[in-house]
Amino acid sequence: MTVTAVNQAELAGVQQLTFAKALTLALNDAMVADASVIVFGEDVGTLGGVFRVTDGLRARFGEERCFDTPLAESGIVGMATGMAINGMRPVVELQFDAFAFPGFEQIVSHVAKMGNRTRGNIRLPLVIRIPYAGGIGGVEHHCDSSEGYYVHTPGLTVLTPSSVEDAYILLRDAIASPDPVVFMEPKKLYFSKGTVDLDALRARYTPASERGGATTAPSSIGHAAVIREGTDATLIAYGPSVAPALAAAETAATEGRSLQVLDVRSLVPFDDDTICAAVRSTGRVVVIAEAPGFASMASEIAARIQERCFHSLAAPVLRVTGFDIPYPAPKLEQHYLPGVDRILDAVDKLQWEES
Amino acid sequence: MTNHPEFLDHPGNAALLAGRQGEYLLPSAAPVQLITTDGTAHTVGKYKQDYPLPNAATLLEGYGQLVLGRRINEQAGALVRQGRMAVYPSSFGQEACQVAAYMTLRRNDWLFGTYRDTVAVMGRGVKPMEAFESLRGDWHSGFDPYEYNTALPTTSLATQLPHAVGVAHAAKLRGEDTVVLALCGDGATSEGDFHVALNFAAVFHVPVVFLIQNNQYAISVPLIHQSVAPSLAHKAIGYGMPGERVDGNDLAALLAVVGSAVERARNGGGPALIEAHTYRMESHTNADDATRYRSSEEVAQWLPKDPLLRLKKYLHDAGHLGSADAERFADAADAVAKTLRDGMNTKSNPDPLDMFRYVYSKPTSQLREQSNMLAAELAAAQQGGAS
Ligand SMILES: Cc1ncc(C[n+]2csc(CCOP(=O)(O)OP(=O)(O)O)c2C)c(N)n1
Ligand SMILES: [Mg+2]
Repeated sequence: MTVTAVNQAELAGVQQLTFAKALTLALNDAMVADASVIVFGEDVGTLGGVFRVTDGLRARFGEERCFDTPLAESGIVGMATGMAINGMRPVVELQFDAFAFPGFEQIVSHVAKMGNRTRGNIRLPLVIRIPYAGGIGGVEHHCDSSEGYYVHTPGLTVLTPSSVEDAYILLRDAIASPDPVVFMEPKKLYFSKGTVDLDALRARYTPASERGGATTAPSSIGHAAVIREGTDATLIAYGPSVAPALAAAETAATEGRSLQVLDVRSLVPFDDDTICAAVRSTGRVVVIAEAPGFASMASEIAARIQERCFHSLAAPVLRVTGFDIPYPAPKLEQHYLPGVDRILDAVDKLQWEES
Repeated sequence: MTNHPEFLDHPGNAALLAGRQGEYLLPSAAPVQLITTDGTAHTVGKYKQDYPLPNAATLLEGYGQLVLGRRINEQAGALVRQGRMAVYPSSFGQEACQVAAYMTLRRNDWLFGTYRDTVAVMGRGVKPMEAFESLRGDWHSGFDPYEYNTALPTTSLATQLPHAVGVAHAAKLRGEDTVVLALCGDGATSEGDFHVALNFAAVFHVPVVFLIQNNQYAISVPLIHQSVAPSLAHKAIGYGMPGERVDGNDLAALLAVVGSAVERARNGGGPALIEAHTYRMESHTNADDATRYRSSEEVAQWLPKDPLLRLKKYLHDAGHLGSADAERFADAADAVAKTLRDGMNTKSNPDPLDMFRYVYSKPTSQLREQSNMLAAELAAAQQGGAS
């Protein structure tokens, strides 16, 4: 039997959920909390999205609040912009990373700039959900790590969850945000599972009256998280690269090396404080990201660390990233993706002999 | 036509579709004209639907607005030539389109326009210096869009059109009777967002009226290089919305055609596409030199088609335009022109730290840092200058 949002809404307490279902629940709960939250995109209505993230929303909330659009990403983002101007909180789905590009002009020229160009008179509380990154054996244009374009664009908030719990929290926080959020969902995590306490998650948000279900708990936006303690070196990762970072730390532990793992979560705004504190505690850093490394989020993280924590560093900050090539064909992606071995090789190069 | 199951599920949609076939979607065989260039009124019955001549009071008020619009264009042009303003994309010659764009709207309706639509923006009530702040170079905007239900003019061609659809869609979902009027140029119809916006508007059946000011050029490129469609208004049928062509220098015809589309949209009749045939009498902007791509003979042909001339003659001949009216209109236009001159002569002083204030609703720690750095630089410069 398929679980629809209707009976999911009755889900409560401690539950084992997939990453995708946590996102569905976040959408569902935000739509219950605030009638101005609407969901649209390609195949999000009857089908429930190609990854089933909007599953059941149409049945529960009706076609005015969850609907399919004609195939045009600039129309999806452009119409969302207009709806956000006029009192709505649209959450739109762009079907795949590379298929967000037809909407890129709207994102860069309007969504990102609206607050600034109107001197704050217009804020756009909209969320652009983008399934991204590889590791799923996807064909061309289905596996891009496109976060670099968005983090480089002032005015956008860019979030990417890596756990089932964060899928719920970050999406609710994105919907509650007064600013536009590009919400990047690592595809390979959609069907990963985790156990969460739904009552506790929902308690973070106030009930219906507040627009978007404003948070009572501090927002996750702008907050990185140390997700594994360690003392010898810090692995900094986000989205799809958190799992290999954790796996590398696990392996390293069996070899007697204690690696701390930090999940950036909020690429913009960037949490310099938490990240610098982590770096200072170990003095050695490897940054891991799937996107091509040249001029990337990983580069930015490395640069910021050297500017701010130079005197705490025992070794240069190293990066383990995708190669500077178009995303490879399915049979080759294993060679491209930053994996445990490559991460541990980088850790080995952190000038241990001098400590 | 649309036989999408969801669409047909809506009560009333089948009836709606029945009335929206072929002929109805095509524009009239010739652009709708109600007052000829020599100032006489046409009889009705020539076009695909009857467009009654607006009443005398409306036409008189409209003429006053044309006088004002022309004066704004003249004054802005002068300020640019004097170097008081960086740039002005003029609507000289297109004032009838500008005036119709706001006279057909209610306060709660929305207007989305381009860089060329300053006159229309001011017609929505935006104060002169608010409308010109971006042209002066102080900021990207000078007014609060919510105060006037008027979007900031957009320079990225056609990208404002999907926003217009979104504003209309939101209003429709809430059951409000807001209409959105979206302006663009002939060149902008080649952009993807033009297509996207019209298609979305038609599929979602939202109250947007798209008004193309076909002024024959996109900077230097004449319309024939943009499109070989029978007319731009013919594109409407491809989206399943009615199209219409109108003489863009005939305010009476514009008020009738745009007004009828606006009211149809307000009453649930969905979007419409209107092409107004007009002419850009001046260069694209002051930075452009139109003599490089069009002849003075061509421009001269449009002089007798001027939107002010024919309406003035019509109103005068019909005995509706007295000398007191003419004086009143000229005085009002002069007052606005003076406000513009005085405003542009006042030295403006944009706050550099504003650059960081509005990017996010709360500046990020990175922007706070950068703002502090600039503030320190400014303070140091001031101290250096003072010592
Ligand atoms: C996307 C985009 N491409 C190019 C330009 C540069 N540009 C500014 S105005 C213009 C011509 C537009 O012509 P049209 O749509 O007919 O409007 P008009 O200027 O005649 O009012 C061009 C090419 C732009 N503003 N935006
Ligand atoms: Mg033009």
